[in-house]
Amino acid sequence: MTTLTEQPEKGFRLSQLIYDTRYRSLTIQVVATILLVSIIYWLIANTIANLAALGKEFDFGFLSSRAGYDINQTLIEYDNSMSHGRAALVGIANTLLVAFLGCIMATIIGVIVGVLRLSKNWVVARLMAVYVEGFRNVPLLLWIILIFALMTESTPQPRDFREGGSASMILWDSVAITNRGIFVPSPVFHSGATLFGIITLLGIVAAYVYRKKSLQKQLLTGEPPVSLWIVMVSLVAGLAAVFVLQGFLLPGEQSFNPAITLNSPELGGFNFTGGLQLRNSLIALWFALSLYTGAFIAEIVRAGILSVSKGQTEAAFALGLRPNRTMNLVILPQALRVIIPPLISQFLNLTKNSSLAIAVGYMDVRATLGGITINQTGRELEGMLLLGSFYLLISLLISSGMNFYNNSVKLKER
Amino acid sequence: MKKTVLLGALTVAGLAATAASAATLDDVRARGKLNCGVSTGLPGFSNPDANGNWQGFDVDFCRALAGAVFGDGSAVEFVPLTTQTRFTALSSGEIDVLARNTTWTYSRDTDLKLDFIGVNYYDGQGFMVPKSLGVSSAKDLDGATVCIQTGTTTELNLADFFRANNISYEPVPIETNAEAQQQYLAGACDVYTTDASGLAATRATFEAPADHVLLPEIISKEPLGPAVRHGDNEWADIARWTLNALISAEELGVTSANVAELAAAPTTNPEVNRLLGTEGELGAMMGLDAKWAVNAIAAGGNYGEIFERNIGENTPIGLARGLNAQWTEGGLIYSAPVR
Repeated sequence: MTTLTEQPEKGFRLSQLIYDTRYRSLTIQVVATILLVSIIYWLIANTIANLAALGKEFDFGFLSSRAGYDINQTLIEYDNSMSHGRAALVGIANTLLVAFLGCIMATIIGVIVGVLRLSKNWVVARLMAVYVEGFRNVPLLLWIILIFALMTESTPQPRDFREGGSASMILWDSVAITNRGIFVPSPVFHSGATLFGIITLLGIVAAYVYRKKSLQKQLLTGEPPVSLWIVMVSLVAGLAAVFVLQGFLLPGEQSFNPAITLNSPELGGFNFTGGLQLRNSLIALWFALSLYTGAFIAEIVRAGILSVSKGQTEAAFALGLRPNRTMNLVILPQALRVIIPPLISQFLNLTKNSSLAIAVGYMDVRATLGGITINQTGRELEGMLLLGSFYLLISLLISSGMNFYNNSVKLKER
Repeated sequence: MKKTVLLGALTVAGLAATAASAATLDDVRARGKLNCGVSTGLPGFSNPDANGNWQGFDVDFCRALAGAVFGDGSAVEFVPLTTQTRFTALSSGEIDVLARNTTWTYSRDTDLKLDFIGVNYYDGQGFMVPKSLGVSSAKDLDGATVCIQTGTTTELNLADFFRANNISYEPVPIETNAEAQQQYLAGACDVYTTDASGLAATRATFEAPADHVLLPEIISKEPLGPAVRHGDNEWADIARWTLNALISAEELGVTSANVAELAAAPTTNPEVNRLLGTEGELGAMMGLDAKWAVNAIAAGGNYGEIFERNIGENTPIGLARGLNAQWTEGGLIYSAPVR
């Protein structure tokens, strides 16, 4: 019989991996890493095996083959003989357009509503609350479809604009609101347009510099600056004078000869031709995205304003500032520091939500690359990967841009 | 070492999971019902009725297939799919067969890895316009706004047709037939284009069908047929011969009314006997019951019965047999011999 007395073990025992705090965290990390790597490996292996079983290979060659389908709204040149890659670019341009327009309008709506919701006027404050709660708590897709349906069902068809029809154009026969979109005049640039553009730019720069100088003078001397209104009105008046007189300025032409003219839409055949068509799909998507995201931004703005202590307002009032100047000069600049970070994620949400576009037939990148191209070529995996990387890239760009802006307005701590 | 073993085990598990999906018939049997991909609603072809039961030409093919596999035509789960989701649903295994008025084309057969098992409706792309527009030919459609379902062959044909005729149009992409109908009736597009059968089916549901005309041009060949995944030949055979059995049954005069009687005992016609399993071992060759064709026909009738009940001249859709008559009647519907 061997001895039963226990010898204290000095070496390493396996149970120490779990019970010894020196090793436990290491064990957990190693196990978690192995699990994670195995899951990823399994996913990839499964994908490869399934693709092989279907006889498909991973290949991006489809991007250069002929697309064969048409797209209604093309910001860059495109026709159906161009490639799937080009069609994807057209979709990307359309996505960026609606995201850009949406972010601007959502911000404007959000700031106005956020401020108004804090209004002392009971009716205004409640109305804004109804708007915010209504839009925040109903899915975006419903708003997109609702606005689109309203625009399609309540506006006249182009053929109603014919002689004796029930509808007519507005604003001196220059704008037609139809159930296919709003047709507005488009600018046509003639030979003098470049010159006029340069003069306009110079005018704006001059006005900006002048205004800035007078503001600096105010800081030094206390003299009231030139009113912004006066600067803007004189700028517009000056440019208008140049626009009217430009025919007389150039040698050899002694008459009114505008460098920029308008091309008004006219009813021809089935549709309005000429001018610019803002399709209902774009307008519905743009408005729905702006109103929906605007409701969230309004809450962010309200929270930002409330975060500025009441003493600031009272101090500004004590100095004799009027309420709107208090808001613009004292409250909002401080509130911005709280507002900007959550605002970034709202912009990202809006951009990603624009992929609901296909619901109203707006041809964004989800509809071209992620829809028709995938369907015609059967490249689901490749198409979805491309689509995912596009949204990832665009989100990272927006957030880095906004972070840059955030760094410039945030509290400088020294 | 442990890590390698674990990874190896996971890989084997992953491969095993994929290998199992190859035999569709076994999967279907284990599940107890057939998953059939249909449209989200096209009257006459696949459309839920007032009680939520799917009805239509494509739906009846699925019921016949379920009849052949299970002996019960109701063992089908219908999965409504848009034009954009249909192929992914099939290749991912979400459905076993796609019966969704889908055109058989070269690239779908090869590049998209589908297997079309035959043609159950010979169609072509047409145009529908309101009568009040006064248009009599598709070539007069210069500048028109056209509603199309995205992800279809019609979208490509449309682009080709307008390009070939050097006229322009504005496409309005739409996801489902119901949306297209709503847009077209609201006047948001001048023209609706899809397969001529689909146009007739859609027009039949309008309040005033007579106010809309189908233009005379048929701009494409659209052979519509059920499709299965590429690579499972046994399952493709079952689907193909179910369709052939329905077509042969019409040719041989076997209907849902007399199929039970004819299958009870061998008849004098050996072709009927082979089809109905009273002679030979044809069902076993596909791994099915000897009465597979009897059950398929009993589920909804032969090809002619299915056609007449869902889209024939006595229905609101009112399509003539035309190209879809039996070859003996001057049409293109023709089954390979069951022997």
